[in-house]
Amino acid sequence: MRAANALAKALVEEGVEVIFGLPGGAILEVYDALYDAGVAHITVRHEQAAVHAADGYARATGRVGVAMATSGPGATNTVTGIATAYMDSSPIVVFTGQVSTNLIGNDAFQEADITGITMPITKHNYLVTDPKKLLSVVKEAFYIASTGRPGPVLVDLPKNVTAADIEYNYPKKVVLEGYKPSYEGHIKQIEKAAELIMKSERPIILAGGGVKWSNASEELLKLAELIPAFVVTTLLGKGAIPEAHPLCLGFIGMHGSKYANYAVQESDLVIAIGCRFSDRSTGKVSEFAPNAKIIHIDIDPAEIGKNVRVDVPIVGDAKRVLSKLISYIKYKRRKEWEDKINELRRKYPLRYKKDGFKPQYVVEKVCEIYPDAIITTEVGQNQMWAAQYFKVKYPRQFITSGGLGTMGFGFPAAIGAQVAYPNKTVIDIAGDGSFFMNIQEIATCVYYSLPVRVFILNNGFLGMVRQWQQLFYRERYSATCIGCREHSFEKIAQGFGAVGMTVEKPSEVEDVLRELKDIDDPVIVDFKVDQHANVLPMVPPGKALHEVIDEEVE
Amino acid sequence: MKYTIAALVENKPGVLARVASLFRRRGFNIDSLSVGRTEREDLSRMTIVVEGDEKVVEQVTKQLNKLIDVIKVSDVTKNAVERELCLVKVNVQPEKRGEIIELANIFRARIVDVSRDSFIIEITGDEEKIEAFIDLMRQYGIKELARTGKVAMARGSKK
Repeated sequence: MRAANALAKALVEEGVEVIFGLPGGAILEVYDALYDAGVAHITVRHEQAAVHAADGYARATGRVGVAMATSGPGATNTVTGIATAYMDSSPIVVFTGQVSTNLIGNDAFQEADITGITMPITKHNYLVTDPKKLLSVVKEAFYIASTGRPGPVLVDLPKNVTAADIEYNYPKKVVLEGYKPSYEGHIKQIEKAAELIMKSERPIILAGGGVKWSNASEELLKLAELIPAFVVTTLLGKGAIPEAHPLCLGFIGMHGSKYANYAVQESDLVIAIGCRFSDRSTGKVSEFAPNAKIIHIDIDPAEIGKNVRVDVPIVGDAKRVLSKLISYIKYKRRKEWEDKINELRRKYPLRYKKDGFKPQYVVEKVCEIYPDAIITTEVGQNQMWAAQYFKVKYPRQFITSGGLGTMGFGFPAAIGAQVAYPNKTVIDIAGDGSFFMNIQEIATCVYYSLPVRVFILNNGFLGMVRQWQQLFYRERYSATCIGCREHSFEKIAQGFGAVGMTVEKPSEVEDVLRELKDIDDPVIVDFKVDQHANVLPMVPPGKALHEVIDEEVE
Repeated sequence: MKYTIAALVENKPGVLARVASLFRRRGFNIDSLSVGRTEREDLSRMTIVVEGDEKVVEQVTKQLNKLIDVIKVSDVTKNAVERELCLVKVNVQPEKRGEIIELANIFRARIVDVSRDSFIIEITGDEEKIEAFIDLMRQYGIKELARTGKVAMARGSKK
């Protein structure tokens, strides 16, 4: 069998439903095999979008997302997508074409050393030079991407390798001597953690994206209610627990609510699960939760002790560790702590000035009218307003580029989520700056009739950068005004064959959002919001979580 | 402080690049690195000397362990046998010949090449011994120097 056909067959065997990609010369054999292989393919308009879409698919489903591109520029265009998935531990497999093995190293046409380039941003990568090893490589790639701490794997396929004749025997098992993630968690450590929890008077749980990857939300909720402990999340942990739950305080960090950040600072025990204590979450790390002991549960031993001091480390899968931990915990009411938190909540609610056309208002209305929609975001102010004002109900509902902070991620990620769930409403909350970075994908949505909704909070600025310039660079707005107020997103959308709308006043927001429910086409709505709204509260970079800037609202 | 780390890795193309890339990216400073085959044909052994504190070494070890092609990592800074091989090409004036040969003998070094005006001397040992010998050779004029970097192995039955 031609190796390309064997690859296609292997993808079917791996349960791959859809590939996001863009063909080209060096990957032609594979595309020829895909022609009638029974795997759907979504042709994007730029390879970066293919990888983000695969990533969005993975985040929405928990299954491995698959992207494909040709050699050279096709492969290098995938780099930002791969780095995004790597930072947020998203399981994807990226196949790239490569020039034939006899040409590798000769600077052949469309040759790029993509395995060299992606070495530091993949969990693992392969250059397949022996056609006989192709199938075991594919098996390993899916296994590595989806197990342990998930992450992207790249497989580079020279053209002559995909054209070679091989026998189809897809391996059933993977044997990797150097890769054995530990899932169970050391029982002695779990006992120690339980002891700390029982002794604690002011416990708080910090849930990260790992809780979602491990499908541990049920266990998390059980643990939180049993202790009982309030739960804060990281940005990627949003949705690990329903945000309307009385124990949930929302996300912490640079733009977390004051009460969530204060709660962490005043706690005497942080139970961190599946998170990596990024600088955006912890603020000044030496003053993070200064009076607390820290229990850190993570599947990646390298994360433990990397950024913060840890008192009880537990290496293991969140779901399994939590279900064991629960059996050691007895309910103990902590009235004082409860009162304290409720007071913080009362005293420091999330709020904004309601004059003019505020972007926060749009997000609030989206949350009210589409409470079950899958939300993706771009990066910057739009992302933070979405995170602050969209109250997430279930684990895989909120999809955002946290670690790498990739503008242009949200739209193609929404395409991935929409392909995974054709009947769900999928909304990209965007900014005008970010949306331009993958705007060409409107064509993909139109071509495949994907009813993605893009809500642009259009302030005509690279808003978050403008905000920093206002606060920290004496209002010298260098290069951040991008003038998106002048051109018409409505007409751009229409030009692609999508539905475009413009909303100028807050009074129109609700009607427009409801009206969209009856439209089956892709929709781009341009909300011309207040140009100078800022994301607040804000912990300035390098400051501790309790050193917050906020504005007077009353 | 300097730490010595031994890593058992797959004997595959690209593994050295992965390890080197990891050190560069995480900002770890490699003092020396040596790679060679082991008792198993499919495995190589890397001995890496890194400069840093305990926290750095902990991260190095953990990050190395995360590489799929790395099978086992151990810190062999303590309780290990360490050796390095060094070739020194040293200037030899006729009247100093005897003196240099004598010094080489004291260090159990071997003269492996002799020419009209130079010797190549081969010496093995731990770092201190080699440093001491190089220091002594300086007075005659070192023309060239090549060191293998350290290889190390934990003592006793522990593997």
